[in-house]
Amino acid sequence: MLDTRSDQAFVSFDRVQKSYDGETLVVKDLNLSIGKGEFLTMLGPSGSGKTTCLMMLAGFETATHGEIRLDGREINNIPPHKRGIGMVFQNYALFPHMTVGENLSFPLEVRKIGKSERETKIKRALDMVQMGDFVGRRPAQLSGGQQQRIALARALVFEPELVLMDEPLGALDKQLRETLQFEITRLAHDLGITVVYVTHDQTEALTMSDRVAVFDDGRIQQLATPDALYETPQNSFVAQFIGENNTLRGTVKTLDKDRCVVTLDGTGEEIDALPVNVKKAGDKTLVSIRPERVEFDPQLGETSHTLDAEVLEFIYMGDVFRTRLRVAGRDDFIVKTRNRADQKRLSPGDKVKIGWLPQDCRALDH
Amino acid sequence: MSSATGPDAFTGATPDNAIRDADRAGKSGGAMLAADGTPLKASLAKSLRAQKLRALALIAPLLIFIMVTFIAPIADMLFRSVENDIVSQTLPRTVVELDRWDGEGVPDEQTFRALGADLMVASELKNHTRLGSRLNYETTGVSSLFRQTGRDVDDLGEIYADQFIDLNEAWEEPSTWMSLMADPAWIENHEAWAAQEDEDETPEPRFRVSPTAQQALPRTARLFSQFATIIQTEDEDSPTEEEPWNIVYQALYEDLTGGYDAGAYGGDIQALLANAAEAAASFEQMNVRDFFVEEIDEDWADPQVWGTIEAFSSPYTAGYFLSAIDMQLTPQGIEAQPEDQQIYMLLFQRTMFMSMTIMISCILLGYPIAFLLSNLPLRTSNLLLILVLLPFWTSLLVRTSAWKVLLQQQGVINDILVWIGLVADGNRLELINNQTGTIIAMTHILLPFMILPLYSVMKTIPPHYVRAAKSLGATNWTAFWRVYFPQSIPGIGAGSILVFILSIGYYITPEIVGGTTGTFISNRIAYHISTSLNWGLAAALGSILLAFVLLLYYLYDRIVGIDNVSLG
Repeated sequence: MLDTRSDQAFVSFDRVQKSYDGETLVVKDLNLSIGKGEFLTMLGPSGSGKTTCLMMLAGFETATHGEIRLDGREINNIPPHKRGIGMVFQNYALFPHMTVGENLSFPLEVRKIGKSERETKIKRALDMVQMGDFVGRRPAQLSGGQQQRIALARALVFEPELVLMDEPLGALDKQLRETLQFEITRLAHDLGITVVYVTHDQTEALTMSDRVAVFDDGRIQQLATPDALYETPQNSFVAQFIGENNTLRGTVKTLDKDRCVVTLDGTGEEIDALPVNVKKAGDKTLVSIRPERVEFDPQLGETSHTLDAEVLEFIYMGDVFRTRLRVAGRDDFIVKTRNRADQKRLSPGDKVKIGWLPQDCRALDH
Repeated sequence: MSSATGPDAFTGATPDNAIRDADRAGKSGGAMLAADGTPLKASLAKSLRAQKLRALALIAPLLIFIMVTFIAPIADMLFRSVENDIVSQTLPRTVVELDRWDGEGVPDEQTFRALGADLMVASELKNHTRLGSRLNYETTGVSSLFRQTGRDVDDLGEIYADQFIDLNEAWEEPSTWMSLMADPAWIENHEAWAAQEDEDETPEPRFRVSPTAQQALPRTARLFSQFATIIQTEDEDSPTEEEPWNIVYQALYEDLTGGYDAGAYGGDIQALLANAAEAAASFEQMNVRDFFVEEIDEDWADPQVWGTIEAFSSPYTAGYFLSAIDMQLTPQGIEAQPEDQQIYMLLFQRTMFMSMTIMISCILLGYPIAFLLSNLPLRTSNLLLILVLLPFWTSLLVRTSAWKVLLQQQGVINDILVWIGLVADGNRLELINNQTGTIIAMTHILLPFMILPLYSVMKTIPPHYVRAAKSLGATNWTAFWRVYFPQSIPGIGAGSILVFILSIGYYITPEIVGGTTGTFISNRIAYHISTSLNWGLAAALGSILLAFVLLLYYLYDRIVGIDNVSLG
């Protein structure tokens, strides 16, 4: 997918701010460049400003300050219908008084496209989402998944270069969501369109996107590829928001360029960590470790520290075991181990040693 | 690929499938049985019956109230639009005789005799004036003709009475008539009644005519019976003490000269009758037809009068309905009213036209308001909604009168227009006592009925449809017209039906501000109910109005669908 992307920014937000009431900023100083053909997801909890950004891009909200450019052209003052941006809504927004065919015909009619060409395009778009047999149906006669396919086809039928999706799969159940996630990414890739996708579901963001912008408090906390976001979160918000994560509180004792030692708050035990967001010795820090990177009775070499832990709960989940431990005075430390033949099954009350590679343990802001 | 994925896909047993399976099983294996072996349908009906009875009991008080105070009177009123038994009940003999009339010229002597007898009875009962007013709706002048005839009809048959009495004094005696006419059983009863001490306490037994008299002297018996009854009921006297009407002597003369059966009576009465019958053959005769035409009123020679009586002689008539659509029932059949008397079609058309205009004005004025209300924050829109509802808190009469103040030529609006120079002082606008006044005032009064359904429908249209339309490239206008407006149509439909049906039957406002050109059919109905007292015509007009509203309702249901109407 990366090969379809050009370096030149197709969409760019330049120092964009947005306030509804003139007192608080919903979007604070947003700078974002989206390449042509890129699938970018805006991920964040509700109220983080991601939907507002999408609405500003679509033209339904105006930026209080800053510039939004589309294909090099400033679009702040262009009304929504002249932006030529396709949009898919969470509640589908299929016009209830029109059939599926009429819904798809609508964007073509307002563009004054001839009847025969319209029909060709409608057929192609419906085939694209495997809904070719449903032209004559009304939206109320379709299931949620089918409606969202039609909504997708309608957003694509007039061949926009940019498609915005506002939590399009939020109202669907898990199985349907996964099928559609796959189809949306395939379509976006096949058609070479640029997609800006808003969701609060991190799995969706990680599986679909080229890049993910994690929003919180009106700012982009981190903009990175899914793997980078997961592996190397830049701050504790991202670390906790993306995937499952163990955090330990502590104070930086010594700080080198790529290694620091952190004294944990509860027990005073010391661990090695990768300094990401700490400036100097004596800083308070949150240390983040992914559950699947923790090992029991580690054989990791002499420089690593290990911690004492007590098993509180052992959950058999089929492909993995999930163990909850008490570590450094906290009861919520999770370890995930793969279900292998040689994997020891622990039981509550067992005392174990745990450890990890120092680069898997990131010392972040507190 | 299958059209459905995930939960949409068919995946074995679902509640729906289970129902379908059960349904199939039920069809193939006869009726489904409940656990105790009774048919399932029967036991279901049984279990629902208690529920239904309970529901019925809950609505029963209101239902009875409405039946008694609303539906029954309306049904009775509507029935008056076809009811027409006044002619056949008041002129029963005449109606029978008129069957022989060919519609040309003046009916024969026999018909006039029947008319004489009928009118004598009617004038004693004072029914002839009612009949006159009724027939006057159809032919003007009949009312005064009947009133005149009622005064003079007493003299009819006087010549025979005199001759009978000259022949034998006994004909003057009520007792002679009693023994001739009364049922022997009645005479016994009467004697028993007369013998009791407190005869004022119980009424005299109702007179019964003897079968012998009916057989031997049919015309006399019938008329005397009516005479006796009227004497008893209207005058509260006894037929045993009153000399019969002159016309009874005429009937006796007719009976005696027209094939009298001499063997029916015995004794003195037979001798009396035989003597009278013999003498009657040489009695001086009186031509009843000439008496009516020459003595009472020459209008009785007018075939138009007779035609009207004949046309309305059946107990049911389409006459009121024909009048209501400017037609009339004439002896020659159905034809249009004279041009200068046609009014109802004009009024119906005007009512339709003005109701349409009012409805359209309400849509045009109400739609933007409802649109604004539905897009405002709840606090503001509730406040504004109160302003919309404010007129409901004022009396309708006050509002309409206020329009009178505002709209009249020396009124506020004209004053302002003159003051700002838009209208010359000598050329003030006529805004009231015409159609303009009615339309303005009624649009104002009915506007809330348009705004409320519109608002409640618009409130449910989510804003994302318009956004979606704009994102698809529609301008503001296209997004509104192609996406928002169609979804607001149920509201327009509900509001329009409400406003149209309310205005079609509106009475008070057109009455006050409508003048002569701005009145509705309802004003005419009210006129016939309370002033002209032609209830039959009022009922026919009302029935047409009702039928028209039902027709509109039906059409609306067919075209838009009544379940699309939303009042919120």
